[in-house]
Amino acid sequence: MTVPYSWVMALSAAIFVIGVAGVLLRRNVLVMFMSIELMLNAVNLGFVALARRLGTMDGQVIVFFVMTVAAAEAAVGLGIIISMFRNRETVNADELNLLKW
Amino acid sequence: MPLALFIFLAALAIISSLGVVIQRNPVHSLLALVMTLLVIAVLFIGLGAVTVGFLQAIVYAGAIMVLFLFVIWLLNLQVEERMTGHLALKFFGAIAAAALVAELFLFFAHAHPALAGKEMAPGYGSIASLATVLFKDYLIAFEATSLLLLVAVVGAVAIARRPSPSEADASGGKTGAAS
Amino acid sequence: MIELLIGALKAIIILLLALNLAAILLWFERKGSALIQDRIGANRAAITGLGRKLGLPNLGFVNTLVADPIKLFTKEDFVPEGADRFLHALAPFLALFPVLITFAVVPFGDQITIAGHTIVLQAASLDVAALYILATIGIGVYGVALGGWASNNRWALLGSVRATAQMISYEIAMGLAIIAVVMTYGTLDLQAMCHAQGGVWFGWLPRWGIFLQPVAFLLFMTAGMAESKRVPFDLPEGESELIAGYFTEYSGGKQACFMLTDFAEIVLVSVLVTTFFFGGWQIPWLYRDGFHFPGGATFAMPNLLVAILGVIAFWVKVVIFCWLQILIRWTLPRFRYDQLMRLGWKGLVPLGLLNIVATAFVIVLAGGAH
Repeated sequence: MTVPYSWVMALSAAIFVIGVAGVLLRRNVLVMFMSIELMLNAVNLGFVALARRLGTMDGQVIVFFVMTVAAAEAAVGLGIIISMFRNRETVNADELNLLKW
Repeated sequence: MPLALFIFLAALAIISSLGVVIQRNPVHSLLALVMTLLVIAVLFIGLGAVTVGFLQAIVYAGAIMVLFLFVIWLLNLQVEERMTGHLALKFFGAIAAAALVAELFLFFAHAHPALAGKEMAPGYGSIASLATVLFKDYLIAFEATSLLLLVAVVGAVAIARRPSPSEADASGGKTGAAS
Repeated sequence: MIELLIGALKAIIILLLALNLAAILLWFERKGSALIQDRIGANRAAITGLGRKLGLPNLGFVNTLVADPIKLFTKEDFVPEGADRFLHALAPFLALFPVLITFAVVPFGDQITIAGHTIVLQAASLDVAALYILATIGIGVYGVALGGWASNNRWALLGSVRATAQMISYEIAMGLAIIAVVMTYGTLDLQAMCHAQGGVWFGWLPRWGIFLQPVAFLLFMTAGMAESKRVPFDLPEGESELIAGYFTEYSGGKQACFMLTDFAEIVLVSVLVTTFFFGGWQIPWLYRDGFHFPGGATFAMPNLLVAILGVIAFWVKVVIFCWLQILIRWTLPRFRYDQLMRLGWKGLVPLGLLNIVATAFVIVLAGGAH
C-alpha cells in the first residue's frame, strides 16, 4: 500500500516544528544551527513528496538547490561562529549581546 | 513504499530529531542529526527520488555534518551543564510549538484523502531525468549556484582565518584566544 | 518467498567471503611483509605442537588465523576514565558498518540460471550503485572521527582529526575518478559496467577499463589507499608516532573491529578497482558459451561453468590487488602530513578534473559512449 501523501507532509511538518523549537529553546549557537538544518531537511522532504504527487522532477531539482545552498550557508555560518568565538570566548546566544540596547 | 516501513522510518526520524534538540552534549546532538539525515535520505529513496536521496547522504550527512563536527572540535565545546534560557521563553515556546503542530496536523489530515498520486514514470528520479531537467530548465540557476558556492568558500575562509600579525597589531593588539 | 531466500543467501555469502578475506589478509600481510623484509614472520602460534608431533608440515597459517582472533576477543575491554562511554562503544561499529555494506552492490559473477530462476550474482542490483559507493565511503568518516574524540586522549584526538581531514580530502579524488569511469561506460550500475568490459578490441585486447581510463585507475588506487589510511598515507595511525593514533584507547573486540575495518577496506578498494578497471568477473576471451580465442579456436563450455570461472577470476584479481597494496605498504615511507594534503588537493583533484574534461572531449569526438 503506498503511503498517503498527507502523512509524509505531516512528518515534514513535525520535523519542521521540532527544528523551530530547537532554534527557540536552545541557547548553544551550534545546536541552533543544527536545528536550522533540521528545518531545511523537513522542507526538502515536503518538496520530494509533492514532486512524487505531481509526477514531475521540478521538486527534486529544487531539493538539489536547497541542499547546495544549505551547504554554502553552513560553511559561512560556521565561519562566523568561529570568528565570534575568537572574540567573545562563548557560544551561548544569551551572551552574544553586543548590539543589544 | 510499504506503509509499515514508512511508519517505522517516520518514528525514527521524529525520535532522532527530538534527540538533536534535547541532548546536552553537542556531539550527541550532531550524531542524532546525522541519523535524521540518513533516515530522510531513505525516505527520499522510498518516495522515488533515488538520486536526490543518495546525494543527501553524500553531501549532507557525509560532508556538511563533518564540517559541523570539525567546528565542535575546534571550539572544544563541552556538555552544557544546564539548559540556560528564561523559563518564560521555554514555556511560551512550548505552547507555540504545540499550537503549530496541531494546526499543521489538522491541515494535512483533512487534505485529499486518496492521494495515491500518479504512477511513477519509468526513470523517474533517475540521474538521467534529474540531469535533463537541471540542465535544460534550470541551467541559469545551476550556474548561479556554482557561483554561490565559490563565493561561500571564499567568504568562509576570509571570515574564519586567523588574522595575520600585521592586522592584529593594527587593531590594537587584541588577538584571539582560540586558533 | 524464494526470491527473498536467494537474496538473503547472496548477501550472507558475499559478506562471509569479504570478512574471511579480510581475516586472511592479516596473515597475508605478516608473511608478505616478512618476505619483503627478508625474515620469517609470525610462525610461533601452534596448537600444542600438534602438527609437529604428528609429523605434519607446520600449519602456521591456520594457527595464526585461530590465535589472532582469540587474542583480540579475549583481551580486557576497558574504557578510559572520563571518556564518553556511549561514543567509545559506538565508534568501532560505526567505522566497520559502511565498509561492509558497500560489498552489497559489487557483482562477483555473471548471472546463472538454476531450476528456472535467473540469479544475478550481486547481492543488491542497484541502478545507482556508484552513488551508493560514494555515500557509504562518506559515512565511513564518522567512526574514525568519533573514535579519537571519545577516547579523552589528546593524541588520539589529534590522530582522528588528521584522519578525518585526510579521508574527506581523498574522497573528492575518489569521486572524480568514479565520475570519469561513469562517463566512460554511461551507466552507474556496476553489473552493466562489467558486462560492458567483455568483448575484445583488435581481435585480441580485452576491453578492460584500464585501457580506457589509465589516469582514473592511478587516481582511484591512490585515493583508495589514502582512504583506508594505509601506508604511505598512514600518518593518522602513525605506528611509530602516535602508537595507534585514533584507536589507541581501544582494546579487545573494539580494536578487532578497527583492524577489521582496515583490512576490509583493503579488500573493498581491490574489489572496486577490479570492477571498474579490470573487467570484474570477465575472463579475457571467455563468453557465455565458451572460449573464443583470437586465433579462431573455440571451446564450448556450459553456462554454469563459465559463471563459476568468472567468480574465481574475480577473487583472483581481488587477491592480486590486495597483494599490490601490501607490497606498496612495505616499500614506501610515510608521507608527512602537509605533503599528504598537498598531494590530495593540489595534485589529485586537478588531475581528476583534467581527466574528466579529457574524457568528455574524447566521448564527444567519438560520438557516444565507448
